[in-house]
Amino acid sequence: MFTNPRVIRALQATASMLVLALAWQIASYFFPHYLFPPVQDILVRTVDILISWSQLYEVLITALRIFGGLFGAFILGGLVALVIGRSPRLESYVTPYLVFLQGIPALSWVIMAIIWFHGIEFRILFIMVITTLPAFTFQILDAYRSMSKDLFEMTMSFRPSAWTLFRVLIVPTIVPGILTAWKVNLGNAARVVVVAELVGATGGVGYQLLRQQQLFDMAGALAWTIQLVLFVLIVQQTIVMIENWLLRYRPVSERAV
Amino acid sequence: MASDPIICFDDVTKVFRRPDGRGDFVAVDRLSFSISPGEIVAVLGKTGCGKSTMFNLLAGLIEPTSGEVAVVGHDPFREFEYFRGRIGIVFQGDRLMPWRTALDNVLLGLEILNAGKAQAEETARGWLTRLGLAGHEHDYPHALSGGMRQRVSIARAFAVDPEILLCDEPFSSLDEMTARDLRAEFVRLVRQNGKTAVFITHSITEAMEVGDRVLVFHRPARIAYEARLTRDRSDGQAAEVTARILDVLGTSQ
Repeated sequence: MFTNPRVIRALQATASMLVLALAWQIASYFFPHYLFPPVQDILVRTVDILISWSQLYEVLITALRIFGGLFGAFILGGLVALVIGRSPRLESYVTPYLVFLQGIPALSWVIMAIIWFHGIEFRILFIMVITTLPAFTFQILDAYRSMSKDLFEMTMSFRPSAWTLFRVLIVPTIVPGILTAWKVNLGNAARVVVVAELVGATGGVGYQLLRQQQLFDMAGALAWTIQLVLFVLIVQQTIVMIENWLLRYRPVSERAV
Repeated sequence: MASDPIICFDDVTKVFRRPDGRGDFVAVDRLSFSISPGEIVAVLGKTGCGKSTMFNLLAGLIEPTSGEVAVVGHDPFREFEYFRGRIGIVFQGDRLMPWRTALDNVLLGLEILNAGKAQAEETARGWLTRLGLAGHEHDYPHALSGGMRQRVSIARAFAVDPEILLCDEPFSSLDEMTARDLRAEFVRLVRQNGKTAVFITHSITEAMEVGDRVLVFHRPARIAYEARLTRDRSDGQAAEVTARILDVLGTSQ
């Protein structure tokens, strides 16, 4: 009936989500509603958030914090990766810091940020940047290192300036790595922002989750969580669309579709 | 040819340090030769005899350990920027940027030279048409055959209108029929446009088809035999030179 592979994949994903909703609904018949609220209650609360500006504002605040943190880490991580890539001697000095940063749990950063900084927004920005920086740096550095020696020599044979070399060769080479880094870090950032808001903010999805916990409101907690999941899904899909457009030159085997 | 040489190798040696630290490796040993403007010189030798090292020295991608390389009177390594647009290179593989269309690949050198956009596009389209690729301007490299991709790389080298063309076994990965057609096309374009070309190959047939002069290298790169060829190759000279080259290569290391 359906032949388009994208439609088939979307139907398969919808079917698996419906199975999950059905299992939840069945569980709501056997357990108290404060543990497993009915699916319709969760849906009503979810729609409520979407149509109420004051509640939607909380979601948008969280979204902006995620974007701000990711953008900051992307710029900083990109610069560090390119500097290390151009002068490998620096790598042995910088990499230990990045590995050390990677080992510190997000919650530790939250505590340190609360002690160190006064402003809520700066605290959250700091936490977001510092927790996603190592992954951005390593992923962009890997992409830079995968630059083809043949293409580098070919481009150099035209004697380009440093800026032209960056524009015509380095940027197109690292674009796939940048897109992967955004996709991977988006999920991490969504998890970290909730922890940061839960402990150190007075607004946003994380703070709302804290309130639902205090009210012992499972339907509310799930509805706020769904907002975050929806946000991540929308941004992921946007990145995939950008990726498909930017990397349209890549050949795709018919077998792979 | 009595004119001043356009390319001159004077007692050039290139030594590489072995990556495992076990001493040095001499790739080019006191190599001297010169090439006059308008000449097509085929450099022939077995794999690993130092042809590509000589090529990289000529392109200014590596520096000689001793001796002097001069191209139009300048040092291609130290005066790297001077050669912007003066040397065109056709590499062994096509080395096309996969994210650029055929037209954009040809435009690459012109973009680096800051040529005007409209003029550059006209030039690039002209070269693609001359090489039989009209209608394929907007195809990505993966959609082109090996022969077509190599044509794009030839167009890219010619588009910047260089004085000198360096070719490193450009047709070695193509089937014999395609390679023969492209060789003929290449020689015609070099002569028509008054270029000087250095053509590296490991094929005697290719060297004989392309070169006005053939230099045969021994390992480490130094000239073991040199022959100037008549353009029509109809006087039996080709057979004699081929036999001599086979003899020299047969005794080389």
